[in-house]
Amino acid sequence: MTTSVRDLQERGFGATLRRDAWWIAPALTALVLGSFAVYATWAAWTGTNYEWGPYLSPFYSPLIKTSWWPLSPAFLILVFPLGFRTTCYYYRKAYYRAFFLDPVACAVGEPRHGYKGETRFPFILQNVHRFFMYAAVIFIFILAYDVFLATRWPVSGGPERHFGIGVGTLVMALNVILLASYTFGCHSLRHLIGGSVDCFSCARGGRARFRLWRGVTVLNQHHMLWAWCSLFSVALTDLYIRLCAMGVIHDVRLF
Amino acid sequence: MAGAEQRRFRLFRGTREGGELKEYQVAAGEGWVVLDAVHAIQAEQAPDLAVRWNCKAGKCGSCSAEINGKPRLMCMTRMSDYPADEPITVMPMKAFPVIKDLVTDVSWNYEVAKRIPAFQPRAPDNADGTWRMYQYEVERPQEFRKCIECFLCQDVCHVLRTHGKHDAFMGPAMLVRAAVYEMHPLDKAERHEHLRREGGIGYCNITKCCTEVCPESITITDNAIIPLKERVVDAHYDPLAALWRRLTAR
Repeated sequence: MTTSVRDLQERGFGATLRRDAWWIAPALTALVLGSFAVYATWAAWTGTNYEWGPYLSPFYSPLIKTSWWPLSPAFLILVFPLGFRTTCYYYRKAYYRAFFLDPVACAVGEPRHGYKGETRFPFILQNVHRFFMYAAVIFIFILAYDVFLATRWPVSGGPERHFGIGVGTLVMALNVILLASYTFGCHSLRHLIGGSVDCFSCARGGRARFRLWRGVTVLNQHHMLWAWCSLFSVALTDLYIRLCAMGVIHDVRLF
Repeated sequence: MAGAEQRRFRLFRGTREGGELKEYQVAAGEGWVVLDAVHAIQAEQAPDLAVRWNCKAGKCGSCSAEINGKPRLMCMTRMSDYPADEPITVMPMKAFPVIKDLVTDVSWNYEVAKRIPAFQPRAPDNADGTWRMYQYEVERPQEFRKCIECFLCQDVCHVLRTHGKHDAFMGPAMLVRAAVYEMHPLDKAERHEHLRREGGIGYCNITKCCTEVCPESITITDNAIIPLKERVVDAHYDPLAALWRRLTAR
């Protein structure tokens, strides 16, 4: 029987000649990203148990308490980290595969026709990634300041504070380190800091820009790793502080 | 043959009008790659089997095909990577029209390459007509020079493979070629308009399949396509960059 070559190759969603378990990676991605989205939405929505002692959840930092905003204060600030991750070049790969199935895996059939990629609304908006990156960099400094505040423990309810470190301080510090590794390895930052330069020896400050570009490149090579680690660390930091605030666990004061 | 093992193959036999998967058995020796088996089938069972090959060392980019559904070089794919009790299916590249059997017409790539704005060096740095550049500056485009034009990245790219946007998108291999010129320290040509309009760089949605299949391990997406996308953002989607250019008259 004679068949067209396209009939022998993949046609329709999921059709492929691949025999490996190509569906595991997108399924895991969908599960983990979906779980994070559900948890983050719930944690932001509750508007309670986001601080304990000197600790403040990263979902609520910087904490903006105002009378004109009826919802949880988290919704005032979450648009920035959320926008940064949504337009991130790594996460684009992850969710285009896992949620939009565009494609679900390499050399596997897709469900839809009429593909426009990032040439039309809404995905053309991915081009604003660098503006969210600017905000994300500012957030790193804010969260680092939160870690500093997490070493200032109140003394018997008074205004005076003493230096101290608890497990929560270390959790918050680790979170900032992972978030910084993710943010400072951003593709847009890599471009703006030196990637746009072709002739470093001709450009003003070219040598310094080349060194910075190389440093960002080191982090960028593991951008996926930092993206996942920082996603987990943000959720776990919030969970730790939340459980402390709810009295489910007790923070251990190291000194 | 000492140590030979009977292996089953299913090869596409036909033209762009139609064809079928034909099954062959071959006595495969130790250390064979898929191309060895295809050659044995051609020599002993199917002398009219069309297969393009040249170096057998993963450097010429000729023997691109789809082995068990994955775009790969036949000469760099060990048969020991596949279970001995299952047939190995070899198909021509899907993104290009079949000429015969495993051979596809990849001439579209060369037509696209011709339309990329050429390398345009700046004025010489010295009176004797020479330029000065440093190794650390040319390392970036040198990575892209490793491209062997096997076009596996073009084949796996879903924009070409599944959606057939050959008229609107130049594909990862051609973006790599554009990046060779665009990031060269001596080049002064502007390509962002070409990349955005004719090249259709916006069609790329960063799924990194091209990087996964590259036999030369070129970091296509992170080092070529995303930096080019960022250059297009500079020119077309960043109002602050536009204001900066206006203020500094650059």
